[in-house]
Amino acid sequence: MRARTRSGADLLDLAPVGHLTTDEAGVIASANPEFLRLVGRTEDEVVGRLPLDDLLTLAGRIYVETHLLPVLQEQEVVREVEVDLLRPDGAYAPVLLNARRLGDAGSRAMQIVMLGATERHRYEENLRQASRTAEAARAEAAALAQTLSRTLIPPAPPSVPHLDIAAAYRPAGDGREVGGDFYDVFQVSETGWVVVLGDVSGKGVHAATVTSLVRHTVRTLAIDHPDPAELLHGVDAVLTREDTDHYCTLVVVRMDYVDGGWDLRISLAGHPPALLRSPDGTVTELGTPGSPAGLMPDPSFSCVRHRMDQGLLTVYTDGVTEARGVAGMYGEDRLYGLVEQLPHDAQTQVDGIVASALAYQDGLPADDIAIVSFSPLA
Amino acid sequence: MLTASAASAGRLSRAEWGFPGLTTSLGPMVLTEALDVRVSGPDGAPVVVLVHGFGCGQSMWRQVAPMLAESFRVVSFDLPGSGGADPATYDSARHGSLEGYRDDVLALLREMDLADVTYVGHSVAAMIGVLASIEAPEVVARLVLVAPSARYVNDGDYVGGFGANDIDELVGLMQRNQLGWQAPLADLVSGQGEPGARDELYDSFCRTRPEVAAEFADVTFRGDNRADLPCVSVPTLVLQSAHDLVAPMTAGLFVHERISRSRFRVIDTTGHCPHLTAPAPTASAILDFLATELTAA
Repeated sequence: MRARTRSGADLLDLAPVGHLTTDEAGVIASANPEFLRLVGRTEDEVVGRLPLDDLLTLAGRIYVETHLLPVLQEQEVVREVEVDLLRPDGAYAPVLLNARRLGDAGSRAMQIVMLGATERHRYEENLRQASRTAEAARAEAAALAQTLSRTLIPPAPPSVPHLDIAAAYRPAGDGREVGGDFYDVFQVSETGWVVVLGDVSGKGVHAATVTSLVRHTVRTLAIDHPDPAELLHGVDAVLTREDTDHYCTLVVVRMDYVDGGWDLRISLAGHPPALLRSPDGTVTELGTPGSPAGLMPDPSFSCVRHRMDQGLLTVYTDGVTEARGVAGMYGEDRLYGLVEQLPHDAQTQVDGIVASALAYQDGLPADDIAIVSFSPLA
Repeated sequence: MLTASAASAGRLSRAEWGFPGLTTSLGPMVLTEALDVRVSGPDGAPVVVLVHGFGCGQSMWRQVAPMLAESFRVVSFDLPGSGGADPATYDSARHGSLEGYRDDVLALLREMDLADVTYVGHSVAAMIGVLASIEAPEVVARLVLVAPSARYVNDGDYVGGFGANDIDELVGLMQRNQLGWQAPLADLVSGQGEPGARDELYDSFCRTRPEVAAEFADVTFRGDNRADLPCVSVPTLVLQSAHDLVAPMTAGLFVHERISRSRFRVIDTTGHCPHLTAPAPTASAILDFLATELTAA
């Protein structure tokens, strides 16, 4: 028998695709050998006897009832529906089917072709599994980053006698990525305290480990190094020894409560100077520029002393001044003007600066923002 | 059909309502627009609200609605997450229980100033209607439950028709069949649809985001509303398909037996969607019920 003389029915019998029709009641009216092979039944078992439903899993039957048949009512053909055939031994055979409605709308009479999709199903299952795994990993990484980030940020500065202090931290963007900004406020002697605020270059988990290293180094060195410039040399040495490309800018303020007032020693490592606001609103910079820690072979740091009477000191990271908006960079002038205008109160200053920097970037900061403000308590 | 403006029958002043409006991350929504509300039938006639179940959206009522609209004001819409409903109306957490859908339905009826309506719900929407009538019987004053089941999963002597693993498989199957959802994306990628390609796709009426479909399957088929049935106080018609493997006769009878003011009627058809496979008998059963109940009132 040559191909050209074969009838359509012969070809359907030989076709490497499952073919079947159902009657108005949904009972199988004809079935070709490939369909019978897929479902693992003989012609006598199914034709004129079994509804197609009986050859599907329960899930497949619901899908057919609630999706396939309603769609077939709207349009004559439905394509690429995946269901499982139920074989006599209880095994599932995934198939991909196209169906055409034969009767009027609402009729269950259909012509269906189907291809075995076991391999494709396995492949897709793997893809879905991989996708779920990736999503779970991403969620876990994000949660880890947030946890890590939280451990790096003291939730609120401690209560310091004779000092009104406030601080804020706002991570970049949606807050999912670990940022490099941090601050810390801690006691080093009966009357001595240190305020440190810094910005480790880069982002991500490695930058976070460097942030952690810097914070602990500062805490360790602060006990024996009342001079913040010396302390910064120590931090620089540790970062240089550490095998890392990350460096760090810092402002360190050593404060000693002496004779009813605060003596400050301030040192900068590649960081913007502290802002000193007098009660009349005048803003002056405090600090001599120094090298970033962990960047230069021969760094220099200097120390500036200040006796704080009624002033209010604010330290911040460049997430504030380098914020970008429609009008360009936020800039120091804008910040200084804001500090001047805001009331002479640490919490109000911190809140006002954060709000302003956020509003400038439509609430989505491009970089972390860290701010600490403090003034002597009367 | 025309888009809803004011369905005037059965008004209730807003002050009498205690339900909050639907508020999403986008702010308060106009539900008549967000849920693609369609209204037909004579202005001022008693209101019949048609609510679709799991599967396709309101066009499931396409054949029944005109038969009812000859003498009733017919309102239909898409539930959040289904059909032409604004995606912003769907909230995984709120729609993780039927109470979330109930609140939306009542908020919609409030927005439309409707009360004393006959609520016709298919499949899971039957149980949404049960909950709504318990919450606000003055609003959902009559119920028609089409192919209802108060619990799909077998439980001891109770025959729902399904094992828990069947539902797991169904949720998996919903996730496997994403073609209707992804096809429009394919058009975007290729830049243009082939001529005639559009009508080969699932029409939007049965297109549901796969995650949403899986969640809807979950809340539908894992629900258990058996304890709610005796709380229904309004006149109720249970419409049972003669051969329905999703909501078998046992499930329909169970619903009927536990709602005191219910009547039970079997539509001689096969499948879970008598409004599709036997629209005329379905419409006529609803009309009979309405005639009796509205005359009695």
